Amino acid sequence: MSLDPFALAGAKPKGKRPWFLESRDSERLMTILMAVAQELAVTRERLDTIERLLEKNGALTRADIERFNPTKTEAAERGAWTQEYLARILRILQQEQEALASEDQTPEEIADELARG
Amino acid sequence: MNAPVKVAAPAKKAKLASKKPDAKKAAAKAPAYDGPPDYRVVGRHGVYPHVTHDEAARFNFLAHMNRHLATRVMPGVKLAFDARVEPAFKKTAKRPFKDRHEVRKALLADPMFQWWSALRRATMEQRQQAGRWVTLRQADALNESVRRLTDGDPRLKLDPKLSLPRYVAAIDHHCMPGSYHTELVSGDATGAANYDVGMFATTGGMLGLYNDGGGHAVVKWVKENLPAFKPKRILDLGAGLGHNVLPIAQAFPDAEVVAVDVGAPMLRYGLARAKSLGVKNVTFVQADVSDLSQFKDESFDWIQSTMFLHETSYSSMQKIFAETKRLLAPGGIVLHVEQPQYDPAMPLFEQAMRDWDAFYNNEPFWTKMHEVDLDGWMIKAGFKKDALIHGGVAAVVDPKVFPEAAKDSKQEDYGRKAAWHVIGARKQAKAA
Repeated sequence: MSLDPFALAGAKPKGKRPWFLESRDSERLMTILMAVAQELAVTRERLDTIERLLEKNGALTRADIERFNPTKTEAAERGAWTQEYLARILRILQQEQEALASEDQTPEEIADELARG
Repeated sequence: MNAPVKVAAPAKKAKLASKKPDAKKAAAKAPAYDGPPDYRVVGRHGVYPHVTHDEAARFNFLAHMNRHLATRVMPGVKLAFDARVEPAFKKTAKRPFKDRHEVRKALLADPMFQWWSALRRATMEQRQQAGRWVTLRQADALNESVRRLTDGDPRLKLDPKLSLPRYVAAIDHHCMPGSYHTELVSGDATGAANYDVGMFATTGGMLGLYNDGGGHAVVKWVKENLPAFKPKRILDLGAGLGHNVLPIAQAFPDAEVVAVDVGAPMLRYGLARAKSLGVKNVTFVQADVSDLSQFKDESFDWIQSTMFLHETSYSSMQKIFAETKRLLAPGGIVLHVEQPQYDPAMPLFEQAMRDWDAFYNNEPFWTKMHEVDLDGWMIKAGFKKDALIHGGVAAVVDPKVFPEAAKDSKQEDYGRKAAWHVIGARKQAKAA
């Protein structure tokens, strides 16, 4: 009997799911967005593989893509791209951390201060 | 913002404009890559599922995501705790936090903790989906290759009548749908294969070639600390798919090794995996570790559990401790490998963070297990106080390929780092 991976792969684990964000809709959207972010990273890795194969061999087959195994240097280059990518898409969390550690004033406060002569 | 917090001074602005860019210098100054290795370095044993290019890329992304959360986002939770969570609590309650649960509940209301948690949970769910997709799309072929390697083999002892202990039945551990035991079809091994293919993503490759860095760590510890120890029979409790016990079986090839677990898919896959790796001295037995009555008194020289006690219960733990005392031969040892206990000296913030997997990654007993006085329980089970063993181990991997947990100061993932404590005991040898 064959199993249906479409239905089963994303099955819910037993145990009530915790929700964290203020609104469930936000968390639903975030979860969808992170899955899309994952798929973009997958596409980028495939593109990187294609570029490297073309650069080396001038032509490729899909089987070549499947067989591709990056060297340690190539893997580091690809890994560094993923690190940069995550830093970029999750930038807002970095800025919130920095805001926690700063004593910024609002532009209104600064404008008033600068007008005081 | 309630109070400013101290952080490292920002780096001085680089004088970029005044200097002409020098490509070679810039390249030389680029920080050395310190992220996870590529998924394709993971060892492929004989029943490892076929993983396509894009499926490997998905695990790569997830490994990076976990590391990013641990190194770049989680520090923000501590900043938020110091800057606003703790001061706000003290202001309202007019007292400090009394325990880790109060800390965790206060953190739950903070956006930094909320976002880190929501992302961490989503990453675990994505990891499960990714692994299950790999294994379920090839379920028939995978189960058939496992069947071919295990059919009629006396080293696979399944018990279809085994009733599932509550600690397994109540919840699917680490959000793994179907947990260790569910069989979607007769002879199913897909759940075990899913566990195997995705461990890389959760640990960022820290468990090494065959996700067996924990087992190698235990072997190294035993060889260094008990060089004369030559066990003839070894029992592994909560063996799962055998990834932690195989290095032990390989290190002591003349020993007879028994690996016990409750999940038939794990045991099937475990035996097939072991055979394909050339390991012949392990028998995989389906049983609840709370009842080891099928084994005779003093019939093992070494009883091992690796990251297992936190998935049991108080009653099972006490039975396990008592049974290990009964089952050990004089001079034999028992070793339990776990994350550190919640010692009173451990800050409440750290305890609360370590509890995350208990409450939000379906490991409920984790929180209870880590507050137990393990020494006291071992003594209650009959081990002598001066025969207790304490130690620390970190995953042993090939450092040319995999990141070494022992050397990773950047990532303290509060419970997920591949570095553990050892609590154990040696049973008194018979007087000569």
